[in-house]
Amino acid sequence: MIAFSGVVVAYPGMGRNAVDGVSFAAPGGNLTALAGPNGSGKSTLVRALIRRAELSTGRITIADDDVASLSPGELATRVAVVPQREEAAFPMRVREYVGLGRYPHLGLWKAASASDEAAVADALIQADVEPLAERDTDALSGGEWQRVRIARALAQKTEALVLDEPTTFLDVAHEMAIFELLHSLARNGLAVLLVSHQLNLVARFADSIVLLHEGRVAISGSPDEVMRAERLEAIYGWPVVVSRDPAVGAPALVPLRRPRTL
Amino acid sequence: MAAIAIGAVDISLAAVFAALLGSGDATAVAIVRDLRLPRVVLGALVGAGLGASGAALQGALRNPLAEPYLLGVSGGAAVGAVTAFALGVTSDGAITLAAFLGGIAAVFVALAVARVGGRSVRADVRTLLIAGVIVGAFANAAIMVALASSDPNTVRGALWWMMGSAADANWPRAGWLAVSILAAGGGLIYWAREIDVLSLGEDTAASLGVDAERAGRRVFLLAALLAAATVAAAGLVGFVGLIVPHIARRLGLRAHRPLIVAAALIGATLVVAADLAARTLAVPTELPLGAITALLGVPFFLVQLRRAA
Repeated sequence: MIAFSGVVVAYPGMGRNAVDGVSFAAPGGNLTALAGPNGSGKSTLVRALIRRAELSTGRITIADDDVASLSPGELATRVAVVPQREEAAFPMRVREYVGLGRYPHLGLWKAASASDEAAVADALIQADVEPLAERDTDALSGGEWQRVRIARALAQKTEALVLDEPTTFLDVAHEMAIFELLHSLARNGLAVLLVSHQLNLVARFADSIVLLHEGRVAISGSPDEVMRAERLEAIYGWPVVVSRDPAVGAPALVPLRRPRTL
Repeated sequence: MAAIAIGAVDISLAAVFAALLGSGDATAVAIVRDLRLPRVVLGALVGAGLGASGAALQGALRNPLAEPYLLGVSGGAAVGAVTAFALGVTSDGAITLAAFLGGIAAVFVALAVARVGGRSVRADVRTLLIAGVIVGAFANAAIMVALASSDPNTVRGALWWMMGSAADANWPRAGWLAVSILAAGGGLIYWAREIDVLSLGEDTAASLGVDAERAGRRVFLLAALLAAATVAAAGLVGFVGLIVPHIARRLGLRAHRPLIVAAALIGATLVVAADLAARTLAVPTELPLGAITALLGVPFFLVQLRRAA
């Protein structure tokens, strides 16, 4: 379980705190979604987790261990993160790339053991990229690349997985494939925390949604509790209706054409 | 071996072997042991240092166009050497030391500039690179000013040095360079896996437990140390640090530990070959080594750019 409690992050020169007292938990076995408008603090929380942003107050814990008390290497054996942006300057073999997920376990000199190779092989299979293992990373489609990145995170063999917008730029089929994958990973016991703008997909797949607005938790709970038209209109500043997905009955957000005066 | 054999005075390979072992014609022994061999060794070391430095930098900066001289090292080292020339220093060791100190000083200035420019207290590697370019440009301006008010002999010496040359090779210089390269190159090889992780970007590196700023700065310093040592020993030998890593990657090497080692070997071969060309193409005149590597490097670089496009 990853738990954020009373987390405050301030960036210099920004009027308000980027994250202002956020508390929620992403338990093992669950897919927890972190949503909210642009600039609401989602990515900052991810950066705080990997210690690229400093906490002013509050704490982040992984299974009750304070992240601040773990060394960066230890942290990387507990939680795997797929950041939003990643430009690999030089192509490498997919298997080698996924193998870098073992770095936290191997360090600078240790040679990969049979268990490291098994972890990589597992990760390739779990993320359904085994057939791509001998390809170069620059020969992958957008959807394949995202799954390969997830495989790299899975090779870390952690108890928690955090992803920042893993389906940006993907078409419907690839987007669905990623959501199905994350859902099944959560069902297998992993704590999955997903930052996503895709409210409708999140509403279908997530066990709970945490909706951020201006650095605070605006509302959190099950998809049915969070997907309420009045709240979403106020948070996004755009008129919406919430209907029901005709196929599966999940709450579905439909933004309207022209904003009324709110 | 061939590089030792060929020169203004050709010596047969058999005679080279004999001379290396200390027997044979006394002139040949002198040429081989005191002139050719140190020169070939120095050239190889310069190439190895630049190749390793470039391979590490390109990985850490995730930029295939990065090269050691961009760090401001070359400009700083040139300032050091030219200052020494201008002050009338003639001792070879003193000029080498001045160049080395100048190069290292430039790196620290670049680090300080990057720290001012960076948004946080920690400077990211890209800011460092830009700071290096700026410091290098400033150093070049300083050289021009210094040379404008110097006597022609100083200008000639300084120019020759800036064009790069292994002609002044001697054993102390080669030995000193070997120590620097083993130390700094060894450091890069030691931390090579960190460079693998850094090449994925700073956020991903952080998620894998690598402090991207600290690791980036470490690579920057070690690469700069390598470059400063080579510049101090042989002046500016351009393009080696840029093109050699690409050749190594073309051989299918990706992980930085083998990549750095291969880049060192390829760099060594390239510079020895270029130096051979420099001293044999226009006998009895010597061509500047830096000009030869640039003449080889530019077309290669253009081909590379076209492929990338």
